[in-house]
Amino acid sequence: MNEVNISEDRKKYLKKIKRNKIAIFCTRLIIVVVFIVGWELLADAGIIDSFITSKPSEIVKTFMNLSSNDLLLHLQVTCTETIIGFLLGTILGVLIAIILWWSKFLSKVSEPFLVVLNSLPKVALGPVIIIWVGAGMPAIIVMALAISLIVTVLEILNGFINTDSELIKMAKTFNANKFQILTKIVIPANISTFFNSLKVNVGLSLVGVISGEFLVSKAGLGYLIVYGGQVFQLDLVMTGVIILAIVAAIMYQTIVICEKIVMKKMSGRK
Amino acid sequence: MKEVVKLKNITKKYQAKNGEIEALSNISFGVKEGEFVSIIGPSGCGKSTLLSIIAGLEEKTSGEIEIDGGLGYMLQKDSLLEWRTIYNNILFGLEVRKQKNAENEKYVDELLKKYNLYEFKDKYPNQLSGGMRQRAALIRTLAIKPKILLLDEAFSALDYQTRIMVTNDIFNILRKENMTALIVTHDISEAISMSDRIVVLSSRPAVVKNIHTIDFEIPNRTPINCRESPKFSKYFDTIWKELDVHE
Repeated sequence: MNEVNISEDRKKYLKKIKRNKIAIFCTRLIIVVVFIVGWELLADAGIIDSFITSKPSEIVKTFMNLSSNDLLLHLQVTCTETIIGFLLGTILGVLIAIILWWSKFLSKVSEPFLVVLNSLPKVALGPVIIIWVGAGMPAIIVMALAISLIVTVLEILNGFINTDSELIKMAKTFNANKFQILTKIVIPANISTFFNSLKVNVGLSLVGVISGEFLVSKAGLGYLIVYGGQVFQLDLVMTGVIILAIVAAIMYQTIVICEKIVMKKMSGRK
Repeated sequence: MKEVVKLKNITKKYQAKNGEIEALSNISFGVKEGEFVSIIGPSGCGKSTLLSIIAGLEEKTSGEIEIDGGLGYMLQKDSLLEWRTIYNNILFGLEVRKQKNAENEKYVDELLKKYNLYEFKDKYPNQLSGGMRQRAALIRTLAIKPKILLLDEAFSALDYQTRIMVTNDIFNILRKENMTALIVTHDISEAISMSDRIVVLSSRPAVVKNIHTIDFEIPNRTPINCRESPKFSKYFDTIWKELDVHE
C-alpha cells in the first residue's frame, strides 16, 4: 500500500477500525477490573463470605509466597506432564491418522472402535490406568494421552480424507506414488487442520493432567487445588485455578504464534 | 504421418452395488503426430473417463491402447499448490518424477521467460490472475517434456473473455512446441476453434458417432481468427445437430 496517497475516506475508515479495536479492549479491561474490585470490596464489606470465595488480595498474597507453599514446584510438575502428554498425543495422533489414511481397510475396521472410544468419558478409565501404570507421573501422562489422542486422530484423519481430490489427481497425472501424495499434497494441505487440532489438544491435555492429578498425585496444580479444597484454604484453590488459566492461555498463544509463523512461511501473504 | 495415439475398441464398465453401468462402448480412433483432436459429447457421456483411461489413471474394461511418446495431462482446475511459489509449483512434476536437475531447471527458466511468467516465478498462486495460473499449470506440464498433451476441460473454470485469450495463448504455445493434443470439452466452438479433427461421442454408453475434419483453409490459423470464417458456423451447425439432446 502506498502510505502517501491515502484519501480522506480511507483515513476515516482506518480511524474507525482503530477506535473500534480500542473500545473492545477497554471494555474487556473494565470487566476484569470491575470484577476484581467488586469481589474485593464485597468481601471486605462482609456481603460475600471470603472464607468460601477467598478474595483478590489474599490470592495475591498467596501468589507472592510462592516459595513457602511450593507453588513453583506444583506449576513445574503440571507443565511437564501437560507438555509430555500434549507432544505424545500429537505425535501418536498424527502417526495413527497417517496409517489410517494409508489403509482404507484399517480405517474402516477401526471406525466403530474410534467412535466408542471418542464418546467414552476417559476419566472413567482413571482407576484402571492407575492400576496398570502405577500411581504417579506416568499415570497422569497416560490420562492426558487418553483424553487427547482419539480426538487428534479423528480430526487429522478427517482433514486428510477431505484433501482436495483435484490436487491429488494432479499429482497422479505426474505419476506420483502414495508416499509422494502424502508428503507433497496431503500433509501440507492440512497444516491448518493440524494447528486447529493442536489448539484443541492443549486444552484437552490440561484436562487430562488435572483430572489425573485429582485422582492420584503428590504434586501439581491439580493436587494443590484438591488439597486446598480439603483443608478449606480457598486462597490456595483460587490461586491454583488462576495460574492454571494463565498456563492454558500461554500454551494456546504459543501455538497461535507458531501457526502464524508457519503460515507466513508457506504462503506469501496469508 | 504416424499415429501417436491409437485406441482400439475401448470399453469401460463400472461395477456398482445396484448393477453394471457401461460408460464407453467400443471406442476406436487415432491421433496423428502434431494433430489437435477434440472429443466432444453430451455431459456425463464419459469423455473425461476416456482421457483418464488414456492417461492410465483409470482401468479400462477391454480394448487396446497404443501410445507413442510421453504424456502430459492438464485438468480443469489449475491445481496449483497454494503453499508453493509459482516456480516450485512448476517444478512439482519434475520433482515427483525425480527429474529435477540443472538441465531441466534451465528448460523451465526458458519456458517461464518465453511465456512471460519469469518475473512472477517467486510469487504465490493467489497473487496471479486466472489466465496466468493456467499458463503456470501448462508450464508445469510442459516441464516434463511430453509429446502428447491431454486437456480435460482445461479452460472451463475461466470466465469467457479470459478463456478465449487463454485458449489462443495455449494453442500457440502447443503449436510452437510441436505438440500433439487430445482435448476433451463440452464447448462446441472451443472444439472447432482448436482442432484439426473432432470426435463426436453419443450419450451413455458412449460410441463414436462421427469424426469431423476441420479445415478452414486459413494460413496461420489461430483459435481467434478462424472464428471469423464462414465455415465456422457451418461446422457448428452440423455438430450441434449431432449432439442434439432431443433425438
